[in-house]
Amino acid sequence: MNFSRTSRTLLRAALVAGLAVVYVPLAVVLLNSFNSDRTFSWPPAGFTLRWWGAAWDSAGLRDALWTSVQAGLGATAIALVLGTMAAFAVQRYRFFGRETVSLVIVLPIALPGIVTGIALSNTFHTVLGLPLGLLTVIVGHATFCVVTVYNNVLARLRRMGLNLEEASADLGADTFTTFRLVTFPMMRSALLAGGLLAFALSFDEIIVTTFTAGAGVRTLPIWIFENLFRPNQAPVVNVVAAALILLSVIPIYLAQRLSGGDPQTH
Amino acid sequence: MFQVMPDQAVSLRGLRKSFGPVEAVAGIDLDVADGEFFAMLGPSGSGKTTVLRMIAGFESPTAGTVELGGRDVTRLAPFERDVNTVFQDYALFPHMSVLDNVEYGLRVKKVPRAERRERALAALRSVRLEGFEKRRPAQLSGGQRQRVALARALVNRPRVLLLDEPLGALDLKLREEMQVELKAIQREVGITFLFVTHDQEEALTMSDRIAVFNQGGIEQVGTPAEVYERPATAFVAAFVGTSNLISGDAARAVLGREGTFSVRPEKLRVVLGEEPPGPDEHEAAGVIREVVYAGPATRFVVDLDAGGRLIALQQNLQASSMDVTGLRGARVRLVWNRRHEFPIDAPAEPVAAG
Repeated sequence: MNFSRTSRTLLRAALVAGLAVVYVPLAVVLLNSFNSDRTFSWPPAGFTLRWWGAAWDSAGLRDALWTSVQAGLGATAIALVLGTMAAFAVQRYRFFGRETVSLVIVLPIALPGIVTGIALSNTFHTVLGLPLGLLTVIVGHATFCVVTVYNNVLARLRRMGLNLEEASADLGADTFTTFRLVTFPMMRSALLAGGLLAFALSFDEIIVTTFTAGAGVRTLPIWIFENLFRPNQAPVVNVVAAALILLSVIPIYLAQRLSGGDPQTH
Repeated sequence: MFQVMPDQAVSLRGLRKSFGPVEAVAGIDLDVADGEFFAMLGPSGSGKTTVLRMIAGFESPTAGTVELGGRDVTRLAPFERDVNTVFQDYALFPHMSVLDNVEYGLRVKKVPRAERRERALAALRSVRLEGFEKRRPAQLSGGQRQRVALARALVNRPRVLLLDEPLGALDLKLREEMQVELKAIQREVGITFLFVTHDQEEALTMSDRIAVFNQGGIEQVGTPAEVYERPATAFVAAFVGTSNLISGDAARAVLGREGTFSVRPEKLRVVLGEEPPGPDEHEAAGVIREVVYAGPATRFVVDLDAGGRLIALQQNLQASSMDVTGLRGARVRLVWNRRHEFPIDAPAEPVAAG
């Protein structure tokens, strides 16, 4: 479609304004992590690496980061296994209640975290008698992480069809060989994209975590939340935010390339 | 390659396939000889592709047997059958290079690396694709992909090569080229080719024999000339070429016989003047309803006085469009040799030709 010169200019301005709303505050966070003034006076009084050093030395922060990584990896592993299996079942087989199963798997991502949190907390605590800890956080996160893997794998299976697997069988490959040489390589990028999204979801989750973590376990988002209103910790929290901005660019970039690109071009 | 040739590469007996209440293949018997280029021709939904998939092993028959080279393979999985398939959409593995695609069948059969490399390169040469080994399927044109699919199947030296609408995705010019090329390749490798098509011209030009499919059954099996010149049923007459049927009152008045008869349009002569028919000829008088000038030939649609309508195709040897288009509405006689009219057993029913 062709636009007039005026509407082109207007649309461009709208795009810039929209992106600015999101990215200017992020830039401020980044800049402030080097601001030598503890109260973030503007414009920055001077440049310092002090806060980055302080963050690095904080034991509580490092523990929280490690807990988050463990929770993320655990939830992602569960999500990869269950999500892939569910996607294969729903896409490749006809069985009673197939549509319902599909709906039930996707539902947790739409449920408010607080509902999932209360439900899981009650079940763990009162029904199962499980002590709340890292394990319960992993299970809690897995409930919605499964969805990202499931959706990615399902879309890939749907696009792939059965032709390639039939061609492989036709050329003499048994079922396992076909999976190893054709099905899995075709799925790989979908699994990676789904896994990265799952990890990212788990990594910044706070509500479900609050309900399932118990006393001793502190993930990074919870640590940030606890330290946010302590005046002398504010610069360190800001550094964590800045670091996370930089780190989150990597998985999102990868996930977008892997899930957006057609597998034929890779 | 020295081998004892049993007569039949493929034998189907009472083959039947139902999908729920729909009977896709309604009990067919068919024999394809070793080394034949055999076409299964029919409109979409006539069951030809289902038959192909049952031979490959992707569908299991509801009843009946599939034999390959005299061996019953009805219950075997696709990877246990000595057939390879060229799929309609080629189904090349997008994550592998052209060479890896062609080597695939040898690789899963544990052929040593050096040998399979050599055979794959030879197969690529035979389809004139040397130099493309490292490309990905996405970097090839439709015609090149088609040839990779062919090489990938042929490299395994199957007993039978199955081709599912092999030229369907190509444009007209490429299709005509590949028709000639496929035929040449088949002659070279001597493997039985069994292909499915809905294109009657493709079936006529390429095959040694044709089976015409309709509604899950086979209407006629024969050489292209037999099927075209002597269609056994009204369906074959209509589906292969242009249907020209004389039946009922017209048959009684013109031929003096009961029944339905087929005459191909190019066998009819359009006569304007007073020219008595020869001793072996039949004639029918009528009025030209429509004149279609088509370059090398002109099509005349003639309404017969005795009822019915015939189409006559005349080469434009001398005539040009100036001469012929003025003939609309003129009275003419259609004359043809008696040996070009054939009785058709089924009652004439209007069938849409595909």
